[in-house]
Amino acid sequence: MITKEEVEKLAELSKIRLKETEKESLRLDFEAILSYIAQINKVSPDPPEESGSLGVNLMRDDGRPHESGVFTEKLLSQAPSRERNFIKVKKIL
Amino acid sequence: MIDVTTLTIEKAAKHLKAGDFTAVELAEACLKKIEESDKEINSFLEVYDDVLAQAAEADKKIAGSASPLTGIPLAVKDNILIEGRRASAASKILEGFVAPYDATVIARLKTRSPVFVGRTNMDEFAMGSSTENSAFGPTRNPYDPTRVPGGSSGGSAAAVVMGGALAALGSDTGGSIRQPASLCGLVGFKGSYGAVSRYGLVAMGSSLDQIGPLAKTVSDAELLFNAIAGADCLDSTSVSLPPAREGGLRVGVPSDFLEKGIDQDVLRNFKESLERLKDCGCETRELKFAALHYALPVYYIIMPAEASTNLSRFDGVKYGRREEGGDFFDDYRATRRHFGSEVRRRIMLGTYVLSSGYYDAYYRLAVALRSLLRREFESAFGLVDFIATPTSPTPAWKIGEKAGNSLSMYLSDIFTVTANIVGLPAISIPSGLVRREGVDLPVSIQLMAPYKADPALFSLGKRFEKTNRT
Repeated sequence: MITKEEVEKLAELSKIRLKETEKESLRLDFEAILSYIAQINKVSPDPPEESGSLGVNLMRDDGRPHESGVFTEKLLSQAPSRERNFIKVKKIL
Repeated sequence: MIDVTTLTIEKAAKHLKAGDFTAVELAEACLKKIEESDKEINSFLEVYDDVLAQAAEADKKIAGSASPLTGIPLAVKDNILIEGRRASAASKILEGFVAPYDATVIARLKTRSPVFVGRTNMDEFAMGSSTENSAFGPTRNPYDPTRVPGGSSGGSAAAVVMGGALAALGSDTGGSIRQPASLCGLVGFKGSYGAVSRYGLVAMGSSLDQIGPLAKTVSDAELLFNAIAGADCLDSTSVSLPPAREGGLRVGVPSDFLEKGIDQDVLRNFKESLERLKDCGCETRELKFAALHYALPVYYIIMPAEASTNLSRFDGVKYGRREEGGDFFDDYRATRRHFGSEVRRRIMLGTYVLSSGYYDAYYRLAVALRSLLRREFESAFGLVDFIATPTSPTPAWKIGEKAGNSLSMYLSDIFTVTANIVGLPAISIPSGLVRREGVDLPVSIQLMAPYKADPALFSLGKRFEKTNRT
């Protein structure tokens, strides 16, 4: 039902590097899990409408912004690599 | 000599107030227990080096108008941020991370000056039901160290049972407070979705996650819950609960849901618990839930979908560990190699159910079934005021017993996931012991209530607890 190539594709989409030995055991895990969760397809051929989200999502008015830069040092101090007030990464393009 | 293994928050607060012992002496008693037992149990990932200093500060406040939580030693799950302290969600990928701010629950507790003892072990990123998925080794169940404490808040549960703290905070995405509470003989509470702010909690499934208490009694759990609950402008999904009101005592039992896959001793204990509920003035009635059977598969679609999205932030760029690869994208792959195997499994599973070819067959249908389930519960709560099930289908299992089989581990969440999917409050209360290989292991009853009826669970829970003592 799920192939080794699909496992490799999922790993690449997830940006996770797999060892060769993991691929088969993950494939078997996915087969078991997917065949279990696929039982929801038996519920009804005509699934009920997707209704709105659960609970609430309250937005507040803009206002009372904190002073610019007060958290910068605290947050940047956690970055693995930085240059002045920037996070440093390798060349992207 | 203070017996911290049996001491409740309520009693400790009275003793502290009366001057029978100080917060420093209480903290010392907990530290001593940790020293004696935690080498084996492995419930703490870190015991803070300023515990006695925190306690000394609390002692200064106890004479005044102290809160019942002042000077109380608390343990905190390793996915809840405390400013200036490490937090790792028991993952190697967060190695070296120091929290830049307090979670709202921590900020609220700090106004009451409790003593934070340390951060507790857990399944990595809260993914698991046994605390075996920690990158720092499994936690053992203090009732029987050859068995799991449950999970994912297993470290929090074991820490309290062992006497390392009087109560603890955990997080619950599909049962991760209630199930370890059950396997360790504690009370565990998950509030209505939004009742407790998620700000500062390492996110797993954002529409499911809630922080909550693990404690020795329903009153202690209530005390801790009330201290952390309430709307918060830093979590747009948080809500305030209305004041408690007198409700009915009709208890629904989804009997057909209890037929398969449940340990016979657990089932027997559950039936006794229903009798005890009748002693509390409850009337019980059977309920039929067609959609209940689909709660677990729905959960194992929605949770990995949300987790795979949430965990995309661990990229080795902004914080946590970075592993160098060949180029920019290879840094991602090399860094994310530090996720443990269950985390990788769930990220990939989430990626699968969200991918274009399978989105309709899995994710969209799961979301639709979630609404259906919610509607079924709404109509059920027209007929009853509570719904009762066991918390876990089995008592604590042996370490390693389910480790090779993800699906069988997932099935242990069968009774707890529904409350998260529907957003309902639920409590797990110890209901007795069952014997396995000469050791008595705790089992629990779970009660669910309508959305925002959280106080009703505490009030019935306290009555239920009393029937235990007669």
